[in-house]
Amino acid sequence: MNHEIILAGFGGQGILFAGKLLVYTGMIFDKAVSWLPSYGPEMRGGTCNCHIILNDTAVGSPYVVTPTEAIVLNKPSFEKFEGSIVSGGKLFYDSSLCDNEHKRDDIEYIGIPATTMAYELEAAQLANMVITGKVLKETGMFELNDVFTALEKLIPPKRAQMLDINKKAIEAGFNF
Amino acid sequence: MEKVLMKGNEAIAEAAIRAGCRHFYGYPITPQTEVSAYMAKNMPKVGGLFMQAESEIAAINMVYGSASAGVRAMTSSSSPGISLKAEGISYIAGADLPCVILNIVRGGPGLGGIQPAQSDYFQATKGLAHGDFKLVVLAPSSIQECVDLTMEAFDIADQYRMPVMIMGDGMLGQMMEPVTFGSYEGRKLPEKTWATNGTGLKRAHNVINSLYIDPDTLEKTVLDRDKMYQKIKETEVKYETENIEDADIIMVAYGTIGRIVKNAMKKAREEGIKVGLIRPVTLWPFPEKVINEAADKAKAFISVEMSTGQMVEDVKLAVNGKAKVDFYGRTGGVIPSPDEILAKIKEVAGGIE
Repeated sequence: MNHEIILAGFGGQGILFAGKLLVYTGMIFDKAVSWLPSYGPEMRGGTCNCHIILNDTAVGSPYVVTPTEAIVLNKPSFEKFEGSIVSGGKLFYDSSLCDNEHKRDDIEYIGIPATTMAYELEAAQLANMVITGKVLKETGMFELNDVFTALEKLIPPKRAQMLDINKKAIEAGFNF
Repeated sequence: MEKVLMKGNEAIAEAAIRAGCRHFYGYPITPQTEVSAYMAKNMPKVGGLFMQAESEIAAINMVYGSASAGVRAMTSSSSPGISLKAEGISYIAGADLPCVILNIVRGGPGLGGIQPAQSDYFQATKGLAHGDFKLVVLAPSSIQECVDLTMEAFDIADQYRMPVMIMGDGMLGQMMEPVTFGSYEGRKLPEKTWATNGTGLKRAHNVINSLYIDPDTLEKTVLDRDKMYQKIKETEVKYETENIEDADIIMVAYGTIGRIVKNAMKKAREEGIKVGLIRPVTLWPFPEKVINEAADKAKAFISVEMSTGQMVEDVKLAVNGKAKVDFYGRTGGVIPSPDEILAKIKEVAGGIE
């Protein structure tokens, strides 16, 4: 396993949490992992991103320059990261929010209407989990159940009622 | 042992509590505010004190007070806030008190920026404030090392009765990695017979002071402290080396850059350039000996930093003319990429062949 991923979108779209979920799952299965957020004013509503690394040995630089996968939930992030993905890499994007033209022919574009699907689940804030489901399907990074195990540990007991809907959102993305 | 996923700032705070820190004085500044937040939430659970001071200056002087009473005390800040604490740190050093100070460095000078930097190296290792004094400066490069070094920092401070600084940067403070707690065994430490924690009517008063009007007396305290510093230079140096045995070029890098250069080293090796790494873990005392010895074989050194070139001066002193010493750095919150570092390696490799 060697994934160097950039997740990006607006503050509030759950970018950081989606990254944390993947990294946490990796940790449970003894992968070397790191999670590096953008910090500062982004957290208060601007664009926001996080860099995550999952591999079998050790993480050198936690800063991702050329991602193997980029996961973007808004147009500015699509534009910003499209060019930096490694040749043969994947760009996952929320097709309900991004209508950007595809400028490269050496990467795979994988669109999913994550925000629309999240609305349909009556959980508008869970576009992050919908697209995560799609990422799991297309990369084979982890089994769904493994991610659910991590999710159970990450969602605090006082918000336990959120667990099922998060799982549903991931499943919806996975089965899309 | 269970692995947990934690931010550097939170891991340092948790490690401090586990190391027996019971008084924490904070003041918010990006990118280290999570330390205060974690302390505020968790210090009361162990019967400790979290206090948000009215300023950085107040916070370090509260540490002075707690340390005088023999309590394990800590404060944390980021670059501009550390400058404000400088006077207090000098007083603490002059009064021979143990404490731990965390600097999660951001770009400077002035208010600078909020992104990661290493431009406080001179400040931490050479002249943080007035007077002949030193801090032991620890520079972790992973979250696990943040935990391990924080726990040891309190022991080093108590053993030598001196302030210890942990120096990270915004990246280390904000990033998350898996960590485990509980592997640190702890040192055997002398009892704090000097603390001003009440005589119980059984002993004479202890006095904590950094004022010595008589020059001969002051000189003696400074020279005694210097003797201790010389001993620390013998016993407390820490570093990591990788691939230095056959290296033509050795990079010297610490903290987060100490891990970013590993990507560049791997690529350079794949291209047949023999590159090694010496990563200082203690910035003071600086690992001069290992660098000097490595200079017998290596042809060139590159100090890689997030500054305009600060540690490179110590590398030059350690190499002592035996090999070429070059520098690569970005500053102001810009993080050098492995490819930029690789380009520098190739440039230096071209020059030495």
